[in-house]
Amino acid sequence: MTVAPAPTATGSRHYREPGSVVIEIEDVTKEYKMGEEIVHALRGVSLNVRRNEYLAVMGPSGSGKSTMMNMLGCLDTPTTGKYHFTAKDVSSMSDDELADIRNREIGFVFQTFNLLPRSSTLANVELPLIYAGLSPSARRDRAIAVLHSVGLGERMGHKPNELSGGQRQRVAIARALVNNPSIILADEPTGNLDSRTGEEIMQLLEDLYAQGNTIIVVTHEEDIARHARRIVRLRDGLIESDVRQN
Amino acid sequence: MQRLWNEFSESSRIALTQIRANMMRSVLTALGVIIGIVAVTLMGTAINGIDVGFQNSLAMLGDDVLYVQKWPWGRVDDWWNYQNRPLIRPEMSDQLNRVIEDSRDSLLQVAVPVAARGGPVKTGENQIGGVQIVGTTANYSQMMSADFKEGRLFNDTESAGGRQVCVLGFDVAEALFPNSSPLDQSVKISGQPFTVIGVLAKQGAFLGLFSFDNQVMVPLNAYRKYFSFNSNSSQLRVKVKDKNRMEEAKEELIGAMRRVRGLLPGERDNFSINQQQAFREQLDPIKKGIAFAGLFITGLSLFVGAIGIMNITFVSVKERTKEIGTRKALGARRRSILLQFLIEAVSICLIGGLIGLTLTFSLCLILQSTMPSLPVVFSGSLVIISMVVSIATGIVSGFAPAWGASRLDPVVALRYE
Repeated sequence: MTVAPAPTATGSRHYREPGSVVIEIEDVTKEYKMGEEIVHALRGVSLNVRRNEYLAVMGPSGSGKSTMMNMLGCLDTPTTGKYHFTAKDVSSMSDDELADIRNREIGFVFQTFNLLPRSSTLANVELPLIYAGLSPSARRDRAIAVLHSVGLGERMGHKPNELSGGQRQRVAIARALVNNPSIILADEPTGNLDSRTGEEIMQLLEDLYAQGNTIIVVTHEEDIARHARRIVRLRDGLIESDVRQN
Repeated sequence: MQRLWNEFSESSRIALTQIRANMMRSVLTALGVIIGIVAVTLMGTAINGIDVGFQNSLAMLGDDVLYVQKWPWGRVDDWWNYQNRPLIRPEMSDQLNRVIEDSRDSLLQVAVPVAARGGPVKTGENQIGGVQIVGTTANYSQMMSADFKEGRLFNDTESAGGRQVCVLGFDVAEALFPNSSPLDQSVKISGQPFTVIGVLAKQGAFLGLFSFDNQVMVPLNAYRKYFSFNSNSSQLRVKVKDKNRMEEAKEELIGAMRRVRGLLPGERDNFSINQQQAFREQLDPIKKGIAFAGLFITGLSLFVGAIGIMNITFVSVKERTKEIGTRKALGARRRSILLQFLIEAVSICLIGGLIGLTLTFSLCLILQSTMPSLPVVFSGSLVIISMVVSIATGIVSGFAPAWGASRLDPVVALRYE
């Protein structure tokens, strides 16, 4: 586990040189049928994401942002176009192959946390490792280590409803980290939090980035997007702009 | 393998958590299965009981005894062909025994004449009617299936001399001598005085129809002297040396009887050789019919229970659609989701099955202690069968909803509120 206690790098922002290509999207379209109507959610999008990038995907509702997020997270496959994830062709994978990719390569952080309500913090964090096939003792060790790294070492036996919103999102982030994914994909990670707690969560993501994780945040909030080093804006299913910032 | 086992234990843990979290719902659903399993297993014990009773009854007939009679056991369509047959007279046993002695390596051991009729038996104050009065010889001891509670059978001398001695069946002895030993006491059988020399141990009723305990046995020569000879019930019983060679023994007996009767080749047998096998063949289809009908009807209640399980699994999948989406996002394969909901359905069925089985077991114990005559037999195989049935019910009823859950699109499932 590469996660260490948060560095106190305030002021000048940490920046890491991007590494090898993780995500390679080439002229991807996605169409849905909504009743009689065909919705063109994505109309030909190309995008590369490298290791050690901190990327924000922005756009108003209806811009194709959610579809983009599902596509990036391998929850969905494109109608046309190519999607390579760590050089593997995702567009033609079966449901179970996609499940394996999600399990090993992608750490999800949801707006509504999506923790299992009846399971303890520890059990929630262990969940991806169960599907990865780890032994119970290995699962436990790794989950405990990650929970400590997000500052929840004292809350491992608690159920989600015994935690604050910020703590719940920390559990979700620990769960996203536990299987050492290639990217962390956060969908409006602060959407259900007050602004101070939201800021704490963004600081945590910042720390994770500093430690060498690749992070993609999907959001419609400028304040949140400002944390990223690169902002991709979508409009009407197309990429409107793709800007790096330091 | 490790992964599958992990998912299995994780699914079991989730299933138990879910059952506990929705206690009321789980109990009500399990109730359907409990009722179903109780109905099916109770029917199973009854069928077992009938079977055991049937076997016991056949054992009373003796599995190494052939019966030479005028009529065959079971139904005949051409009764006139049998009505005109000559009688099976007790003297024929002597002729038959001579034939048996003359033939080398005979499979037959001995033939014994038996005659029977109904009549009253009384002592000074007690009387019972309708007792089976059986006349036979001392040789009968060689093929008796009953044990003696006390005393003995008449010996050769008493038998040949037609002495007025008798052996009482268990119920007869109980009725006439409730508080004392009947040995050496005098009873009147159809008005004739006999001295009791033995009492038989309890045997039970044959197929629940007529009781072997409601009989008295007297020497055949005394029987013939005092009682009118009912020739239709007169028969010979032939003991076979090796019960594994019953068919050969039967063939030999047919040949011997034809010699005794002086039948020419080409003439038809004018006697019937009966054995317990005949009963078995007649009663097996009936027994199977009862078992099939009973299990089918009780199976319907289990079917209703299975519908309940299916319904509750559908509800469970619907309620937890978002959880399914989350699990899929975290890497659950279709198989994992399928397994999770199947195990949940099977767990409820298995718990219901175990409770049902416990209920049946206690019911059986109560029945056996209050009504010992009821044919109820609880067996180990019943436990295994009902557990297998419970699991199968869970799998069959949980499969459709679990399959649906495993096929959910993660995008749609995650959006579900």
